[in-house]
Amino acid sequence: MRFAVLSILILLAAPLAAFEIEDETLFDVADPRRTLRVISTADTDLFAPLITAFQAEYPRVAVAYTTVSSAEVMTALAEERAPFDLAVSSAMDLQTKLANDGHTRPHNSALTGRVPDWGKWRDHVFAFTQEPAAIVISPQAFGGLPVPRSRQDLIALLREHPDRFRGRVGTYDVRLSGLGYLFATQDARMSETYWRLAEVMGSLDARLYCCSGSMIDDVASGRIAVAYNVLGSYAAAREDLEGQIEIIEPEDFTTVMLRTAVIPATAEAPDLGALFLDHLIETAWTDTPAAAYPFPPMAVDGGGAGSALRPIPLGPGLLVFLDRLKRSRFLEAWGDAMLPVEGQ
Amino acid sequence: MTQAVEASGSIRRRLTVELVGSAAVLAAVLFLLVQNFARQVAEESQDNILTASVSAILESVSARDGDITADIPYAALSMLGTVSDDRVFYRIGADDRVLTGYDDLPVPDPGGRGFLTADYKGESVRIVSASRTLSVQGRPVSVTVTVAQTRNGQAQTLARISRNALLLGIGFFVVAVAIALLTTRSSMRPLEDLTGAVSRRGPQDLRPVTSPVPAEMVPLVRSLNSFIGRLRTSLSRSEDFIAEAAHRVRTPLATVRAQAEVALRRVERPENRASLKEMIRAIDESSRAAGQLLDHAMVTFRTDHLERTHLDLRALAGEMVERLRPLAELKDIRLTLAEGPSAPIEGDPILIQNAVRNILDNAIKYSPEDSRVRLVMRQEPGGSTLKVTDEGGGFPEGPGDPLTERFVRGPNVASTIGSGLGLTIAKEVVEAHGGRLTFCNNAEGPGACVSLSFPS
Repeated sequence: MRFAVLSILILLAAPLAAFEIEDETLFDVADPRRTLRVISTADTDLFAPLITAFQAEYPRVAVAYTTVSSAEVMTALAEERAPFDLAVSSAMDLQTKLANDGHTRPHNSALTGRVPDWGKWRDHVFAFTQEPAAIVISPQAFGGLPVPRSRQDLIALLREHPDRFRGRVGTYDVRLSGLGYLFATQDARMSETYWRLAEVMGSLDARLYCCSGSMIDDVASGRIAVAYNVLGSYAAAREDLEGQIEIIEPEDFTTVMLRTAVIPATAEAPDLGALFLDHLIETAWTDTPAAAYPFPPMAVDGGGAGSALRPIPLGPGLLVFLDRLKRSRFLEAWGDAMLPVEGQ
Repeated sequence: MTQAVEASGSIRRRLTVELVGSAAVLAAVLFLLVQNFARQVAEESQDNILTASVSAILESVSARDGDITADIPYAALSMLGTVSDDRVFYRIGADDRVLTGYDDLPVPDPGGRGFLTADYKGESVRIVSASRTLSVQGRPVSVTVTVAQTRNGQAQTLARISRNALLLGIGFFVVAVAIALLTTRSSMRPLEDLTGAVSRRGPQDLRPVTSPVPAEMVPLVRSLNSFIGRLRTSLSRSEDFIAEAAHRVRTPLATVRAQAEVALRRVERPENRASLKEMIRAIDESSRAAGQLLDHAMVTFRTDHLERTHLDLRALAGEMVERLRPLAELKDIRLTLAEGPSAPIEGDPILIQNAVRNILDNAIKYSPEDSRVRLVMRQEPGGSTLKVTDEGGGFPEGPGDPLTERFVRGPNVASTIGSGLGLTIAKEVVEAHGGRLTFCNNAEGPGACVSLSFPS
């Protein structure tokens, strides 16, 4: 009998949210007329200032903010067809796939013209952050060693001091993290250096992480000396770790992730989604960043010709690494490099 | 007198309409050709890039560990994004199963290279596919790679080119219309020139048309000239005939008159004398008419070949006054020419004498006995005018100057001998000199006045 009740509860709950929700917050207002439903991969705390600023402009709109992993955004919108009005994600590839497969709506407004061509795709996908993949080191753990400025420096350093760094190098587990996979594939696309670095890290029994946050914590605590491909924006936001970590943007090239937003085809209030999207664009694509903007300031020219910043290009190229065969081959190669012991 | 000619359409209008019409047709054809060409190019370039993508993916397909795997190159799909922001779909199939990609993507002609335009995921897509056979554990497996792309970019390019093609077509049309109008006008000009040359001619001008005309109009002008020639021959023949007839009649008439005078002197009975007098009067009338017919023939001939010399109209008028004074004195008419300076004009003295004589002759003839005929010269900036005033019955009131038509006489002169040619001769002479003959009735009393104006 008790099992039956449980089953019914599960059955009732299933159509509402079959995708896995990490957090759900309602930014309520005094006299709400309408509710904007946002699904996002960004932490609620990180996003709260943007929502508050939005509600200052539209005081009658309550915002329901749902945090999920990037893969769950895809599940929620493409499979569950959940009625969200805006989807915000760091997984540029999945956002592109959503737009490519027809799960999003186009958006055109006076503000979309502000976004440069490389910051949007098909009037469906709009970038509103530029977040570099950085190397984060612990100055204490490094001792007197020179701080690496590029991947080549890091490779040389790890090779010269294998004893000091064994078990004290961290990076994303690309099998678990969508963002880690995106960074790794873009690194591999840009340069063969990535595979040499992966082999060196693998030979030093690198620790693998699900998320930037825990990597930064471990660097700060001295548990690992260096973390590769950490979201620089997260590290920079940790003002409490002042002096305990040092953030390095590699000089050979720095992969830049663009956090993007789309208006899902299933939106019940797409006009509210569009308003919030315009709010994001207005806050982001400006030379004078607002106080409510919690991300690193935007380089409107994408870093320029002389810069090492390499924003990941939006477009159908991103679909390549989502391909089943491509992914399995990449993970295989990555496993061979990073997990030599398991491979044997 | 001119008979209305019925117009059967207008060459100018037809030419314009046909040229403008053909320009419109050509502009439309140009627009359609450019648009069609642009569509072909746009479709071809999309097909080319899709084919390149398919080839790149197909090359990455390999057999491995007894199965087929593919390592899609990043560029294979990213290159599709460089041209336009179109959606991209792909599918890799081996025999009947789908290895990766979009399972439900339609495949054109499985097993070979194929192109297809179809609807997929709510949009029209261009699909290209190619196949290749791999050997897996000794067994041949056909691998088909299909790549599809929506056609929004193509449609945008096409719309842009169509707009330009439309502007091109309109521009072409405008230029062609301008050229058509100019062409029409220049084609019609020789015809207008000929029309002008012919219609500007004086009534006596029967010279052939000699100014050059385009080859197409040569037959027309030749016919016209031949027609004019025949007309001239016919006219001069009839004038010759009249002159000849008048000449032949005049001499016998003189004989008959002389005989009648002789007879008048012999007969005594009053009724016989009256008959003979009446006879002499009729003979005089006939001979005077014959003389005027001869004068008219001479005038016609000389005005055709007008020879101008400097002459003094006053001196000429004075001479005529002297010559006609005896005739005037028979009726006790005083013929006077007012004094004044000389009046130089250019003209044929014989013709002008003839004209003045005819006017004076008329004046004397229609004036009552014991009256005056006055000649006054007037100098004007443009020329000289000789005004002859009599004290006769005057001209009948009425419009125009029908008295200058041949053989027309005023209704109030039936009792006087006259042929009706005098004023006709005077008018032809004056007009041949570019002058004007005007009639009026004497404002101060009875009588008529005639003015002969000649340009200097």
